[in-house]
Amino acid sequence: MSTKTNEPGRGAIDINDMGVVFNARGTMVEAVSSVDLKVRPGEFVSLIGPSGCGKSTLLNIVAGFVEPTSGSVLVDGKTIRGPSSDRGVVFQQYSLFPWLSVRKNVEFGLKMKGVAASQRETQARTLLGLAGLLAFENHYPDQLSGGMKQRVGIVRALATSPQVLLMDEPFGALDAQTRTVMQEILTNMWQQFRISVLFVTHDIEESIFLSDRIYVMTARPGRIKAEITVPLPRPRTPEMTYTPEFIALVQQLKGLIREESLAAMGSELKEGGLSGFGVEVGPKGVGEMV
Amino acid sequence: MHALKQPVAEAEPAAAPPSVVPHPAAVRPVPVAKAAEPAAARQWRNAQLRGRLKSALLWLISLSALFAVWYFGTKYRVDFYIRFTNIPAPADVFDKLLEVNRSEKFITNVGISVRRILSGFGIATLIAVPLGLLIGRYRTARDLLMPIAEVLRPIPAIAWVPMSIMLWPTNEVSIVYITFLGSFFPILLNTVHGVTGFDPVLIRAARCLGAGEGRLFWNVILPGALPHIFTGLAVGMGVAWVSLIAAEMISGQFGVGYFTWEAYSLVNYAEIALGMITIGVLGLACSGAIQMIGSTLMPWSTYAAAGRKEP
Repeated sequence: MSTKTNEPGRGAIDINDMGVVFNARGTMVEAVSSVDLKVRPGEFVSLIGPSGCGKSTLLNIVAGFVEPTSGSVLVDGKTIRGPSSDRGVVFQQYSLFPWLSVRKNVEFGLKMKGVAASQRETQARTLLGLAGLLAFENHYPDQLSGGMKQRVGIVRALATSPQVLLMDEPFGALDAQTRTVMQEILTNMWQQFRISVLFVTHDIEESIFLSDRIYVMTARPGRIKAEITVPLPRPRTPEMTYTPEFIALVQQLKGLIREESLAAMGSELKEGGLSGFGVEVGPKGVGEMV
Repeated sequence: MHALKQPVAEAEPAAAPPSVVPHPAAVRPVPVAKAAEPAAARQWRNAQLRGRLKSALLWLISLSALFAVWYFGTKYRVDFYIRFTNIPAPADVFDKLLEVNRSEKFITNVGISVRRILSGFGIATLIAVPLGLLIGRYRTARDLLMPIAEVLRPIPAIAWVPMSIMLWPTNEVSIVYITFLGSFFPILLNTVHGVTGFDPVLIRAARCLGAGEGRLFWNVILPGALPHIFTGLAVGMGVAWVSLIAAEMISGQFGVGYFTWEAYSLVNYAEIALGMITIGVLGLACSGAIQMIGSTLMPWSTYAAAGRKEP
């Protein structure tokens, strides 16, 4: 594969002292607090943290679905005003339009831009070819497996040539084998497109395998707890996941996240829940205890 | 109509080089039976055929049973709480069918009923679907229009008959109005439900692909709500027939409902049964047409997950 490394990538994200406060049924909930985050053009950056830490909220802000309460969020120096095809989004739930064929799904963004039908078709078929899905162009999403659906989701987001690609736990619903293959496909496509990626996940190995840098978030309200640069060379291969550097990174990140997961799950677990509160249940189950 | 469900395509692994080379002794290749392919295809086809034959047989048994009750009930003049004594036999009804077709009166009645259905139901569709989409999408439209709908909805279309005769200039228009009312609310409410129950992620996906409000409405919300709209159309068509027949019986001149009621007044038993069967066949044809249009417009719907038990 010939990747032009000398050519600069596209898309810069610049988040400065950003905070988000939600009004949840009358109570103000601080979801994200004073976050500073940068994604350089062509960089692959992951955001990990315990569930409910606001990492998806952060992504939704960059996507333009949610407005920040304080601070600034710039993409290529411009403040975000609502969603735009300059920022492609890949969702965990695939979110393909079930009434459109695979090719028409990929064409959707181009159609919204007013690209002519013949040109749309050519571009969509090229993209589907890259994803190894040309044979399925006339299938409907409900006929595809999860991994195939998400490949369609990725090329659909890339079709409008966005500056950045935002991915919200895109492989979270896939089985472990499909997931690792998808990670390799994604790194290949990322290198082909030279586009910057902000990738939300709770999978530590996934974030290391894919990223140039990883931001670790704290439990709610989400703050940036650590920023880690992944020293592994490119292109990444599955063998790298067995190297001592990789394993050391996994250990380091697991330690960082475990503290936050416990904090996020509340005080009950910290006070002995993990050791079963010292109660012996026995083979007859809880019913026999009372 | 049972569309055959295609087997879902398996994920073919993308060309990824084998990462770790295992010890040769540990891996024993499993021979793949290439010759088994045509046999498997034949097996699948046979299973499909058997399934269809079984369905057809069950359909036949079910309809024959109904016909047998009618045939033997009238033949032996069964009088056991239910009285078959005055019920016309199948042969009488068949004779009557031949007889009424010797003049144009019967077919004209059928034509008039169909015309009333098509106008009433058609107008209801044209108004209820756009209105339902607006009510579902915009709060202002909902707050403005739903109170009217909620107040008028509990009044059955048949209850409108006297008012309708006073309201409209001709009898014909008032009957079409009753038919319109009957189908309007099922179509409206199902369309509203199709929009409010919409997966919000699809709307987000469309917006970040550059769809503005207008295009979102036309390219996403309308096709996404189509399955619910067609449920509304199917229900609405049923209610349209109920309302039409009632209106024709009460206020009508002409129409199958009028034909049936006139037969009752003239104590013509065979014509009553013929009228009923005609109404049934017309209703079946109309809902069949809606189903056909639905599956033509929504070819994807056969692949969506359904509650049908796997054979």
